[in-house]
Amino acid sequence: MKDSIYRRALSFTNARLWKLVHIDILLIASLLLLIAGGLFILYSASGQDVEMVERQVFRLAVGLLVCLALAQLPPKYMRRSSPALFIFISVLLIGVLFFGVGAKGAQRWLALPGGLRFQPSEIMKIVMPMMIAWYFSDRQLPPSFKQILVVLGLIVLPVLLIAKQPDLGTSLLVAVSGIFVLFLAGLGWRYILGAAALAPIAGYTLWQFMHDYQRQRVLTFLNPESDPLGSGWNIIQSKTAIGSGGLYGKGFLEGTQAQLDFLPESHTDFIIAVLAEEFGMLGCGVLILAYLLVIARGLYISATAEDNYARLLAGSLTLTFFVYMFVNIGMVSGILPVVGVPLPLVSYGGTSIITIMATFGILMSIQTHKRAR
Amino acid sequence: MSRRHQNFRNYRQEQRLTQHRLIAAALFVLLMAIILMARLFYLQVIEHDLYQTKADDNRVMLVTEPPPRGLIYDRNDVILADNRPIHSLTITPERVDDFSQLKKQLSGIIEISDAEWEDFDDRRKEYRRPYQSLTLKSQLTDEEWAKVAVDLYRLDGVQVEAQLTRYYPYGEAFAHAVGYVGRITSKDLETVDRQAYQGALFIGKTGVEGYYEKTLFGEAGLSKVEVNARGRIMSELDRQNPTPGKDLHLFLDARLQQYAYDLLGDYTGSVVAIDPTTGGILALVSKPGYDPNLFVRGISYDDYNVLRQSKKLPLFNRALRGGYPPASTIKPFMALAGLEYGFASWTERYFAKGYYQINPDGRRYRDWKRTGHGWIDLERSIIESVDTYYYQLANKMGITPIHNFLTRFGFGQSNLLDLNGQSNGLLPSNEWKKAKYKEPWYPGDSVNVGIGQGFMVATPVQIASATSALASRGHYFYPRMTNTVGDDPAVFENGLGDEHDIVLKDQRNWERMVVAMRKVITDSHGTARRLQGTEYEIAGKTGTGQVFSLQEDQEYDADSLEKRLHDHALFIGFAPAKQPKISIFAIFENGGSSSKPADLSRALFDAYLYDDYPDRYDYLKGNKNEG
Repeated sequence: MKDSIYRRALSFTNARLWKLVHIDILLIASLLLLIAGGLFILYSASGQDVEMVERQVFRLAVGLLVCLALAQLPPKYMRRSSPALFIFISVLLIGVLFFGVGAKGAQRWLALPGGLRFQPSEIMKIVMPMMIAWYFSDRQLPPSFKQILVVLGLIVLPVLLIAKQPDLGTSLLVAVSGIFVLFLAGLGWRYILGAAALAPIAGYTLWQFMHDYQRQRVLTFLNPESDPLGSGWNIIQSKTAIGSGGLYGKGFLEGTQAQLDFLPESHTDFIIAVLAEEFGMLGCGVLILAYLLVIARGLYISATAEDNYARLLAGSLTLTFFVYMFVNIGMVSGILPVVGVPLPLVSYGGTSIITIMATFGILMSIQTHKRAR
Repeated sequence: MSRRHQNFRNYRQEQRLTQHRLIAAALFVLLMAIILMARLFYLQVIEHDLYQTKADDNRVMLVTEPPPRGLIYDRNDVILADNRPIHSLTITPERVDDFSQLKKQLSGIIEISDAEWEDFDDRRKEYRRPYQSLTLKSQLTDEEWAKVAVDLYRLDGVQVEAQLTRYYPYGEAFAHAVGYVGRITSKDLETVDRQAYQGALFIGKTGVEGYYEKTLFGEAGLSKVEVNARGRIMSELDRQNPTPGKDLHLFLDARLQQYAYDLLGDYTGSVVAIDPTTGGILALVSKPGYDPNLFVRGISYDDYNVLRQSKKLPLFNRALRGGYPPASTIKPFMALAGLEYGFASWTERYFAKGYYQINPDGRRYRDWKRTGHGWIDLERSIIESVDTYYYQLANKMGITPIHNFLTRFGFGQSNLLDLNGQSNGLLPSNEWKKAKYKEPWYPGDSVNVGIGQGFMVATPVQIASATSALASRGHYFYPRMTNTVGDDPAVFENGLGDEHDIVLKDQRNWERMVVAMRKVITDSHGTARRLQGTEYEIAGKTGTGQVFSLQEDQEYDADSLEKRLHDHALFIGFAPAKQPKISIFAIFENGGSSSKPADLSRALFDAYLYDDYPDRYDYLKGNKNEG
């Protein structure tokens, strides 16, 4: 009797049923771990605003639904629809330039009937790697020089459109997601080293494209103390929050920087500083570990994927997720400029929760549609 | 589409290629994660102390709580400087988003003048603690208070604060003695502990208020509070209560002060009364005064201009800084100097003509009495105020003995123990003249000084304290305002010492001089014989100080002169002569005849000695006199 219960329980984790509903139990478990931790921090960061936490839960639930829905879709359909999606979203991005709505001088959304708004650049984060992966799906790897140029061409256009909105953070992530595909496709190391050598020139070019406020962010990053009450305030306060947290933190709800509002945007982009202040380096370590768990699973799914398309797409999405996390923590802790990237699945709000959950839907689809061996 | 290689493709090799890249990526991810952890380690472990301090600096603020200021009482417990609660409209600039909007909103509620806004804007730019409220309009009326209170909820950064302000109930007669507090300037803050004065509304500027600032202020309370990023106080972490300032009890008699002020009438002038047994100042009057309440919250430009431009100089403290020729009131001291150094004796007789000449053909120094006084002695020189006697005496002595002797009575020095800003007057000497005019001292200079004219200048406080020394027969007290500080006797720390005896070679000269001064009143030729008829004995000496020099043969004619050129009228006196309780110096500027200060002194003696003031001064009686 006892034996059979255990067996049945084991059989649950063991595969067949989960595979049937296209759920990767390890991925979903580590995601839920991350999400639970994130909600916990959000409760503190929002000033114990239960309603805000509820709204976040709702958003995550929607994200989870999108994730589970996408998981049902076999990867081959995704592959087939990739070029059409890419063209469609690119057209929408052009549309944003002309008809977009937004706030604070940035024009990022398309207005939909019924008062809804839609951010094409967010979808591009997924569609870009789909497109590049599709491009390589029936080509032999590693890519030729000509193919590299084609791919770079595909990447540059949407990235410039998004940068123009302006939305530097998203455009960088979109670029990165495309480049990751290129890298996983076997881009020659000499190209990579060459690009690294050319980075300063690229940086200068980028600088020319930047808006004043974006340049200001970079300048402030280089020397936050130059403007302690203005644009340097955020980074000084977040470093203070993190540093004062110490090894073990000040305790849940005890962070003075966060609770007394010295930390700006504590529930959105700077939420990691709240964790760092209240739970110290230890808490941050656990969070980063949870991310690494998700990423490890993603990379595993990629490595064991059945075809090039799935492999490249899964790898790129996973690595982009990591970049998300790295850029956020890097900027909050003062080793990267403040580019406005939320901490994925933990920061409050944003369309990004849905798109991120969608990427995990794609990953689960890739994992669960593998032919049984 | 490009060429297809499908036939030649090695899928396993392509898979392995990507897998290798994935391994490289995984290592990269690991490396970056380690970099993040290293960064966190740097911030949270290595630099932890630095950021802990920064976080505490952020949230912990020291709030200073101004202590209630000590009160100032007169000798009968009449409150001369009081604390009063007022309601002020204050603004915390940090909490205001849009000042022009706020201006509009407030103007719809109560009236706020442009000047008040300008003043507020000026102070907003000065040094101040962040999140400290600034007063926009002080002393709201009850009606204004009610109006603002209703709308307070929608006026961000605006509050009505109850504060203690300083109030001087008896106004201008006391302004020069008690002084006033005024708005704290950045210059004031250089001399005090800035932290302690945060939140203080004013600081002692002049008079007793200025001199005893530290004592009256007390010790500020300090509370350590936790604030949020907007400066709102969330909780109190630690607290040290303020120590109230100590009360001062002055020697001043409020009724005497007010009475003396009123008795000066329309004249400008000064009256200083001293208790010879203590050196305590009973009255310190400088007329005209001004309303010290104008200064408490910062005087308006217009009010200040009126005071500053008044020809009567109401802001000028004549008692402390007025430089007057002591005129004939110097004669008793001059006589004592002559006796001390053997240039004069009580018995030696002198023929007083209508003038004195140093050389037979020299300039004639005229006596006030054209016909002269005939044969006189020293005592009579006092009674009749014989100028020629002192011309010759001063000429005989020369300036050095005069200088040395008068110095012992406090002339030429700032001798008042507890008020700032006293003038030294001028007790001339050889050295002084050489330094000032690069000329030697001439005999003629001494002659003028002999009757308290010429180079000699003294302040009312100096003459009064010298008079007090005469009254006490040489027991010298430095004059002082304050009797007790809190519950303790006042202690003075300016190195002058407290009291001492002026010892003459012949100590009997004190008594004889008092007798002579007594005869100034009782003698039929006494210059103050108008003061006869009191039940107690007054000793005194008159004086008329020249405002401009008469030519040798010019007659002084009061009627034909403009009032501002009339002689100053002076009187020194004390009573009762045998055991004086009060000594007085009074000067009516351009008063012409010394009868005015003499009459004033008598009225004050009457009132003080019999505690018999006109009924109109009952409000200044204080509780010590009741019953």
